[in-house]
Amino acid sequence: MSERTMSAAATDRATGWAIIRRGLSMAPAIKDGLGFTLLLAALSTIGSSVVPIVVQRTIDHGLGEGKRTELSDIAPELGLAVVLIALTAVVAYWMRVRLFVASETGLADLRVAAFRHVHDLSTLTQNAQRRGVLVSRVTSDVDQISQFLQFVGIMMVISLGQIVVATIVMAFYSWQLTLVVWFCFLPLVASLKFFASRLSAAYDTVRRTVGEMLAVIAEPVVGASVVRAHAIEERTQRRVDGGIDANLHANTRAQSLVAVTFASAGVAGGLSNAGVIAAGVVIGVAGGLSMGTVIAFAFLVSLIVGPVQNATQVLTEAQNAIASWRRVIELVDTPADVVDPGESGVALPDGDLDAALSHVSFAYPDGPIVLADVDVQIPARQRVAVVGETGSGKTTFAKLLTRLMDPAEGTVLLGGVDISTVSFAELRRHVLMVPQEGFLFDATLRDNLAYGRRDADDPDLLRAIDDLALTDWFAGLPRGLDTRVGQRGESLSAGERQLVALVRSALADPGFLVLDEATSAVDPQTELRATQALERLLDGRTSVTIAHRLTTAENADRVLVFDAGRLVQDGTHAELAAVEGVYARLHASWVAQASLGLDQH
Amino acid sequence: MTLPDDRLGTDDDRVMRRGFALMGRGMREQKLLVSISVVGSILFGFMTVADAWVLGWATDHAIRPSFENGDVAEGAIWGAGLLFLGVALLRALGVIARRLIGGIVYYRLVASYRRLVTRQYLALPMSWHHRHPTGQLLSNANADVEAAWAVFMPLPMAIGVVAMLVAAVVAMVAADLVLTLVGLIVFPALFAINVFYQRWLSPRVTHAHALRGDLSSVAHESFDGALVVKSLGRESDETDRFEAVAHELRDANIAVGRIRGIFDPLLEALPNLAVLLVVVLGVGRVASGAAAPGDVVQVAFLFTVVAFPVRAIGWVLGELPRSVVGWDRVEAVLDADGSMDYGTAVVPGLGAVRLRIDDLRYRFTDADDDVLNGLDLDVAPGTVTAVVGSTGAGKSTLTSLLVRLVDPRSGRIRLDDVDLHDLSHRALADTVAVVPQATFLFDDSVRENVTLSAADVTDEQVWAALRTVQADGFVAALPQGLDTQLGERGTTLSGGQRQRLALARALVRRPRLLVLDDATSAVDPEVEQRILKALAAQTSGGAGPTVVVVAYRKATIALADEVVLLADGRITARGTHAELTATSAAYRDIVDAYDQARQEADA
Repeated sequence: MSERTMSAAATDRATGWAIIRRGLSMAPAIKDGLGFTLLLAALSTIGSSVVPIVVQRTIDHGLGEGKRTELSDIAPELGLAVVLIALTAVVAYWMRVRLFVASETGLADLRVAAFRHVHDLSTLTQNAQRRGVLVSRVTSDVDQISQFLQFVGIMMVISLGQIVVATIVMAFYSWQLTLVVWFCFLPLVASLKFFASRLSAAYDTVRRTVGEMLAVIAEPVVGASVVRAHAIEERTQRRVDGGIDANLHANTRAQSLVAVTFASAGVAGGLSNAGVIAAGVVIGVAGGLSMGTVIAFAFLVSLIVGPVQNATQVLTEAQNAIASWRRVIELVDTPADVVDPGESGVALPDGDLDAALSHVSFAYPDGPIVLADVDVQIPARQRVAVVGETGSGKTTFAKLLTRLMDPAEGTVLLGGVDISTVSFAELRRHVLMVPQEGFLFDATLRDNLAYGRRDADDPDLLRAIDDLALTDWFAGLPRGLDTRVGQRGESLSAGERQLVALVRSALADPGFLVLDEATSAVDPQTELRATQALERLLDGRTSVTIAHRLTTAENADRVLVFDAGRLVQDGTHAELAAVEGVYARLHASWVAQASLGLDQH
Repeated sequence: MTLPDDRLGTDDDRVMRRGFALMGRGMREQKLLVSISVVGSILFGFMTVADAWVLGWATDHAIRPSFENGDVAEGAIWGAGLLFLGVALLRALGVIARRLIGGIVYYRLVASYRRLVTRQYLALPMSWHHRHPTGQLLSNANADVEAAWAVFMPLPMAIGVVAMLVAAVVAMVAADLVLTLVGLIVFPALFAINVFYQRWLSPRVTHAHALRGDLSSVAHESFDGALVVKSLGRESDETDRFEAVAHELRDANIAVGRIRGIFDPLLEALPNLAVLLVVVLGVGRVASGAAAPGDVVQVAFLFTVVAFPVRAIGWVLGELPRSVVGWDRVEAVLDADGSMDYGTAVVPGLGAVRLRIDDLRYRFTDADDDVLNGLDLDVAPGTVTAVVGSTGAGKSTLTSLLVRLVDPRSGRIRLDDVDLHDLSHRALADTVAVVPQATFLFDDSVRENVTLSAADVTDEQVWAALRTVQADGFVAALPQGLDTQLGERGTTLSGGQRQRLALARALVRRPRLLVLDDATSAVDPEVEQRILKALAAQTSGGAGPTVVVVAYRKATIALADEVVLLADGRITARGTHAELTATSAAYRDIVDAYDQARQEADA
């Protein structure tokens, strides 16, 4: 272990307390009565020290010297011991239940708060890769903290308590023997940190190999048809075996560290017993100690062996838990980049909405400019098509209009109101973004449609289906509104998912619609239905559509053309097609693509 | 909260039977290492008992004589010290053998069954894959394999504990019969409490575990649908949904905690009370001269050291139901049979092949009707054929049949007069390449994703293929070019870029029949045109493969030499686009849907 990593570990631990303090203040339910719970934990360590004391008293009351010992001589002590052991058990139960209730309650609140916060972070809608990570923040990371608080953390408190109580009892009996015991454990205690950091590194390797193994194991499952079609079974098996073997080796290595540290605590225990008896007899014979005391020490040493045995693992797990806690705290502390003005928000005017962007620019933090100085007015009820190549800034434009992101510069006005001053609840009632792929939840069709409007009843849903001229499609669904759509709606075809998304949007009844047109091809009948439904949905509403199709641009009242983050052309299809430029080029390729369709006219 | 308590009761015998059979299986497979770990564990057990015996011996032979005589019994003290140390060292050896070798047994079993399960995945036919959800297969190879063998973690210790208990009773009998009685009461009691504890706990732990899965599903779904959630302003409703499961999990965890809260202190207190009982009885025994003080000390100490390891038996029993469930799932995969039988033939010659299909019939597993119902097709070498049909017409099924991802009920597919069935797997893969709509990329470099480790493919050939599919530009712009890592921990590509890599992967193998199943759906239309034109040019120039392309877009159809209409499980019309437009109403219906949409929009 290099010095650098050791000192890094030291700073980690220094901030470890800060993390625990911050974590506790974030989940106040845990902190509630924590002091009393810790007191109970400390009390619960007393029971185990009772036994060595009783052993000492009994032996010194005669058992050792071969005299007749009457039970009555030690009866009061025995009675007290039984009471103490029983009390300790009750205290331990009480402590545990308090701890479980408080920590689970607090962590459930933390989970929910973190989950709610994730929905306010724009990374969720912008970076699909990060989603898995965010899920683990509200699941496995919190589980790790819970594990820490309930087992590892409390085990540390109890272990420490047990060591302290045992040491106090020992010191009370004989400071010399106490030194002997501690001298035997000293090398081990001193090397704990070293072993813990080695073990922690070993577990890091284990985690890394698990990730790599999971990825290669997915190949013969998720990529089954590719493997089969290209006859690369052997290659795949080699990769899978490689991943499995690397994981096996990493686990073996971690396991050997655990075994060695665990075993050495036992050796230290044996060494102490040998030392205690040798030193104890020598001191005792000289008149300094009783025989019962020497024997009681053997019992006391066993109280230290257990905690030290587990210390390495406890320290490692504590490190992991604190790392988890740090990640959750960092997530909750990440400021929401798009802030909901909430109650203090302004209302949007009812009825049709117009939009006005003045000098709007956008760039990701430390990233290049994605959209530069866009200045555009969209009158109410106008149908706008936005076109441009991938990376032209057209999607960013759409996200700014719906306040999925805030511009770096400039303002976006809807109905004359700066949308950053409108509460989310109000904004979402008037403005709706319809994503490219219709995302559905694993529920019934009814639930998915009603997602657009909370209070919609069945007649409302059927009316909306009818309004979009989708009744014949709906009639073809065997279970009607009770149809289960499957995970991500996969029981329906891609086209049908789009239809559901359109009905859902119609139910939401927004005055201003922003659509991201689907690029993936669906079968022509469904495509036709979707086109008709969309037509009815857009009717009488202000709309901005990110267009991938010729017809969409042709049918729009107005076309905005983006190129390299700038609005480069603005006009009707006819106007723009007639002049040289980005649009004419895009249009030509669309025409080429649809040439067969055109030659029928 | 519903717990499988009742079910568990009736399944008990089965769990025990299957559980012990599973343990037997694992022990047979790792005979040597299991033996070492069990010997180590027994050594640990014996040495634990010996520790107490040494203390008793030291009391009677070193400590008491010294104190009684007022003179340090040097020899005996040295003996006691060495005994303590020797026992500790042997016990450490036992611990290492038990924990390390025992752990290795578990990890090896897991690794070996992961290999077996994934081998099955590679051997079983695609029809089997289609019947099983991806998530289930992944968890069979991961969580289920681990659960199945989890019982092996505490198993060596539990076996050692049984030996330890026997030794403890023997040591007690040797020390004093009356004190032995305490052991005979307390050990079974400890055992019974542990069993009862695990019985009670295990279903609740399983329940909490299932809720953790539910919670993760809700979070995944909610985050995946974030755009819908946000644009419809449903964040609070989503939070409520998550909160409901989070609270259920909280309550389940607290229920687990309450049980632990009762039993853990009880299991700690019981041996302590036993020690007191030993002392009470011991006083009388020593007074009556029936026992030496060392005997009493030894028996008392035994309870202190034996109590904790006894829990291992409870752990094994607690792990058993979960292990059996995991094993049931793993076994289902291992017992599945069926594989594709390939021939040994190759397609003679070089260059584009003729594809001939006769009377092809195919039916999905649970369906009543054939999806392909006597399909005939003849595709001339070096031509491009577009397959057009409505959803569910069987276009994708047809493409799967061409590379034998599935086999037909009846009918023949021939490539240049060689039956597909007679081809070796290698020859089939070398001759035909299918590019599906959904792309799978490996967690590997761009180069490996294209070559798939084929040794005879040069970088020049990779670049040539990338150029044909218009992917050379974005690949060159990647930070490490061909060496750029893709996948979870690497660079992410857009859908269109992924599809282009999949196309390049097919092209670089120089197939003689190329089948595209809507393989460019996510590619920009403009780019798609360039790709398809480049492909068609190669084919018509005699340098490319015979191409069969499932087409939705008209531009794709336009590039085909011939168009075939797939309807009612057969080819119902064929010809050029113009011919079909003129002669087939069904064809017009499908192909003109875009135009109809446009006309309605214009109206």
